Amino acid sequence: MNLKRIRAIAKKEFKHLFRDIRMLLILLLFPVFLLGIFGYAVNFDVHHIKIVVYDEENSMISKEFINSLTKSTYFDLVGYINNDSQIREILDEKKAQGIVVISKSFSKDFYSKQEAKIQFLIDGVDGNTANIIQFYSTAATQSLNAKLTTEVLSRVGTKSFMPIDLRPIFWFNPDLKSTRFFIPGLIAMILIITAAVSVSLSLVREKERGTIEQINVSSIKSSELLIGKTLPYVLLALVNAAMILIAGYILFDVVVKGSYPLLFLSTLIFLIASTSIGILVSVVSDSQQVAFSIATMVTMLPSFILSGFVFPIESMPAIIQVITNITPAKFFINVLRAIVLRGVGVFAIWDQLLYLILYASILLGAAILIYNKKEAKN
Amino acid sequence: MNNIIEITSLQKSYGEIKAVNNISLSVNKGEMFGLVGPDGAGKTTMIRILCGLIIQKSGTVKILDKNLSQSRKEIQKNIGYLSQKFSLYGDLSVDENIEFFAEIHNVKDYFERRDELLEFSRLKSFRNRTAEKLSGGMKQKLALVCSLIHEPKILFLDEPTTGVDPVSRRDFWKILSKLLKDGITIFMSTPYLDEAERCNRVALMNAGKIIALDTPQKIKEKMDRQIIEIVCNPVRTAYRAIKKNTELEVQMFGDRINVVVENYSSELSSIKKILTENRVQITDERIIPPSLENVFMHLIKDSE
Repeated sequence: MNLKRIRAIAKKEFKHLFRDIRMLLILLLFPVFLLGIFGYAVNFDVHHIKIVVYDEENSMISKEFINSLTKSTYFDLVGYINNDSQIREILDEKKAQGIVVISKSFSKDFYSKQEAKIQFLIDGVDGNTANIIQFYSTAATQSLNAKLTTEVLSRVGTKSFMPIDLRPIFWFNPDLKSTRFFIPGLIAMILIITAAVSVSLSLVREKERGTIEQINVSSIKSSELLIGKTLPYVLLALVNAAMILIAGYILFDVVVKGSYPLLFLSTLIFLIASTSIGILVSVVSDSQQVAFSIATMVTMLPSFILSGFVFPIESMPAIIQVITNITPAKFFINVLRAIVLRGVGVFAIWDQLLYLILYASILLGAAILIYNKKEAKN
Repeated sequence: MNNIIEITSLQKSYGEIKAVNNISLSVNKGEMFGLVGPDGAGKTTMIRILCGLIIQKSGTVKILDKNLSQSRKEIQKNIGYLSQKFSLYGDLSVDENIEFFAEIHNVKDYFERRDELLEFSRLKSFRNRTAEKLSGGMKQKLALVCSLIHEPKILFLDEPTTGVDPVSRRDFWKILSKLLKDGITIFMSTPYLDEAERCNRVALMNAGKIIALDTPQKIKEKMDRQIIEIVCNPVRTAYRAIKKNTELEVQMFGDRINVVVENYSSELSSIKKILTENRVQITDERIIPPSLENVFMHLIKDSE
């Protein structure tokens, strides 16, 4: 290992980077742009669900029920209807996602101490949203029930009590904001794509240009070449990570709870794992186009689908759970959520970091094996 | 140490094709050695093996008294290589390209050497221009300068003047003769026989084999035949007519044909007779000393 030669390669790579200002700006600003898009668009919080009420009765008690639903920001009352036939039309034309139907006998049932039934018709096309609508409406009904029970019981002079009172408290993300949950995943995905793609392109470019031959006849060793070539892109990716964190703080109030040195160290380890993907890709591809397609394909899809970024790994079938190990993003997302959201120390994440190191070693080993095999064929 | 390169029974094949087929030769210190042959003869493969870029199937290569397979990196410190393909960084300037190659070769004080090289390659006034904006000939000169920055003892050139304009080609050769004066050994491949004539020794290579190896003069002398050059029209008809009616070897060059004969006086009249019978118009006829090209084509024909 000769530091001067590594520096020579890195210096040249930086020159390439700064000479192509357009590319550099894309590399730097695209992640922040992506964060903005994802942060605002990928949002599983459901608010302002449009509902329509079909109240056949218009009694005090039916109005109180509707009030209890619409006083939160979850439901917006967008109108009333007065006959059955409109129900179909409203759901068909997506004028509302839910229709509350209160029958004529509602208050009669209510006061005669029978179960007063209310029908809630929900548009079930988007299953996820439908589930959340159901969850919210049930919760609203339960709290109204509790209030009414207390009133009824106090009238007969008995104090009400709940046999079991479950009070969930959400730690780490008290308002259950999904952006807070997504930002770590987003950082992982952006970093793995930029690192793998840029490193593979910069290595394959030398092959395409034929300059790799000149480098090969010099006294430089392949390890020096690889370190020198990846170093600028690792630094660039670190800047990217910092920018995403700053943008996350400004746009979405995401604050890093844990230690910054630990965050830095884990990001560095993750970047080494990501660049090893880039190196492996550059060994198997001979043109920049091929390298670009392979690198984006092997990083983007797995880090989006299999990393636990969007879909929880625990609810995947066992075989898919095994496959999720192909993306280092999975481990890094665990680490990031732990450091950024929970603020835990190294004791809680060391195993994930170890996986990342193991992952990088396996990929680099494979790259060396394939390279030597190709070399022998030449 | 007179033999700076020593090659023994070198072999390399790609699938069925034997690119280098059992070649042994040696190169003297300070000479310009030319490897001549048609495309696909195995010249590039040969040079790439010597530079340590690819590994031979069998045989040994000794460069500067060291075995190539054992001390590759050490040998590479003392050699320069100019590949057939343009291999510089287009977005870097002339100076920066040289700087990069100096640094990866561990050359510390390259500034003086750089100025000197830029001076005699007449690139000095373009030193801040990016490499992609240079003309083809200048690019090639820059590539040569880059391969010389670490003061190599041996320079390997793979068809260095292919696609270079005649003026730059002459410049290029001037640089090469200066290098030779400085004591550098040059091993080059070329498809041009006029360039081969300038080498101290040439090896004619065809289908992976060396079919002749000597000084250009001696190779020409070895041809114990005479060459009749006939300027005529149409050339193609003349070529076909002689091929059809005699056993003689005919070579076609633009507006003329060369016929290889054993005895000039006895065969000329019969050739002329064939040509007039085929209504070929003869403008000029003369006997010429065999050129390297004649010999080369003759030898390739013999070896096939």
